[in-house]
Amino acid sequence: MAIREGKTFRYSNASIMSYASVVGKTESEGPYGDEFDEVIEDNKGGAETFEQAEGLFQQKALQRAMDKTALTADKMDLIFAGDLLNQCTGSSYGLKDFYIPFLGIFGACSTFAQGLLLAGAMVNAGYVDNAAAVTSSHFSSAERQFRFPLNYGGVRTPTAQWTATAAGAAIVAATQKPPFIRAATVGKIEDMGISDLNNMGAAMAGAAYDTILRHFRHMGTGVDSYDLIITGDLGQVGSDMLYELFKRDGIDIEKRHKDCGLLLYDREKQDVHAGGSGCGCSAAMMCGHFLKHVENGDLKRILYAATGALMSPTMVQQGGNIPGISHAVEICYK
Amino acid sequence: MNISNEEYGEIAKRVSPPSAMTKTIPMAFLIGGGICVLGEALLNMYAALGFSQDNSAALTSMTLIFLSALFTGLKLYDRIAQHAGAGTLVPITGFANSVVSPALDFKTEGFVLGLGAKMFTIAGPVLVYGISASIIYGIIYYIVKLF
Repeated sequence: MAIREGKTFRYSNASIMSYASVVGKTESEGPYGDEFDEVIEDNKGGAETFEQAEGLFQQKALQRAMDKTALTADKMDLIFAGDLLNQCTGSSYGLKDFYIPFLGIFGACSTFAQGLLLAGAMVNAGYVDNAAAVTSSHFSSAERQFRFPLNYGGVRTPTAQWTATAAGAAIVAATQKPPFIRAATVGKIEDMGISDLNNMGAAMAGAAYDTILRHFRHMGTGVDSYDLIITGDLGQVGSDMLYELFKRDGIDIEKRHKDCGLLLYDREKQDVHAGGSGCGCSAAMMCGHFLKHVENGDLKRILYAATGALMSPTMVQQGGNIPGISHAVEICYK
Repeated sequence: MNISNEEYGEIAKRVSPPSAMTKTIPMAFLIGGGICVLGEALLNMYAALGFSQDNSAALTSMTLIFLSALFTGLKLYDRIAQHAGAGTLVPITGFANSVVSPALDFKTEGFVLGLGAKMFTIAGPVLVYGISASIIYGIIYYIVKLF
C-alpha cells in the first residue's frame, strides 16, 4: 500500500507497462524525430479540423500503447487524460470511441505528470488493474484558442515557446517490470507575479523549483540521487530561471537537468524561439525517449517534473498573473 | 516559496533575452519599405495608364489588399512577417492580413458564427478606435473652423 510521507506519495506496486508517442511533422524533424512511434505528416491527419486532429493524436497514442500489450479497450479500467483546449476537447472527443471509464484532468502542460501520478495511485491502491495517462497538444488548435489565427503575421518574442503537435500515452499496471513509478509529489499553484503571455517559462520555473525541492526533502534525496531531473517545458528562459533559483540555495541542478521543451526541437534550425511547450511536449519526450532508457536500465532513477502555466486568457486580460504548477513523478529501473 | 515576487521578477527580466533589434529593425525597414516602393510603383503605373490621381490611389490600395489576401491564403504572408515584423504589420497589407487570416481560420465553425463573427477579432479594435478618432477629429475641426 502507498505510504504517505509529507506531501510525497510512495508507490510500491505501479509500473509503466506500455507507452507510445505520436508526433507531427515539425516534431519528427527535431533531434529525437526517429524515436517516436508514429509521425502524422499532415497537420490535420486526415481530419477536417485541427481540434479533431488533436483528438486523433490521442486516439492513436493510446491505441499504440495498447497494441504493445495484450490489452484491448474492453480490458482497460481507467483513463486519465487532458489537453490544453477548452473542455479538454482533444481528450473527450479523441478517446470517446474506446468506451473506457474516463476522468478528464487539467494541469496545463503538467498534465502528463498529473496523469501518471493519478494512474499510479489508482493502480497502487488496488482500485484498478490498469490505468492509462494520455495527453496531447496541437500547435494549430492551441494557436487558435490562445493566440492569433495561424496565418496572421504577428511576430513572437524571443521568450515565446512553440506548442508541440504531439501526444503521449502510458499504461500503468502492477506488472513487476521497469519503469516503476516509485514516488510522486503534487504541485502547488505558484503565482510568481509573471503576466507576460509570451514568457510562460518564467511563469512556471518557480513551481518546478518548489516541487523538486519538496520532493528532495520528503525523499531525503538531492540532485545527485538522480540520473536525470527532467522538466516539462520550461524552455530556455524557464530553465535558466530554475538554475538561478537553485543557485540561491547553493545547489547545482544544471548538471543533471534536461528540459523536454529544449529537446524536442532543434532550436538552431527550427524557429521555435525559447523551445517547445504543450501537454504533448513532455508526454512525447517521456514516451518516445526517456521511458525507454529507464526500461533498459540506462537510466536508473529519474525525476520527471512536468510544468504547467495555468493561464487563463480572460484573467490575463483582466490584469491577472499566470500561475504555474509542477507535479513530480519519480521513475526508477528498480 | 522563499523568494519574493519582486526578486523573482528581477531574475526573470535578467534571463529573458530581448529582441535582436539590430537585426529586426533593418529587416522591418527593408521589407516594409519594399511594400511602400511597390505601392509607389503601382501608383505611377495606374497614373501612366490614364487614371486620375484619386482613382490611381484607390486602385493602388485595392491591389495591395488583394496581394496581401492572396499571400495570406497561400500561407506566405505570415512567413514573410516572421522576418519583417512591423514591416508587414504597419502597411495596409498588414490590415488585410489581420482580416483574412481569422476568416480563413474560423470558417471551420461555419460562415456565420465562425467566419462572419471572428473576421474582425484583430482588425475590429482598429476600426472602432480609428473611426471614433476620426469623428472626434471632425468635431474639433468643425468647432475650430467656427472661429
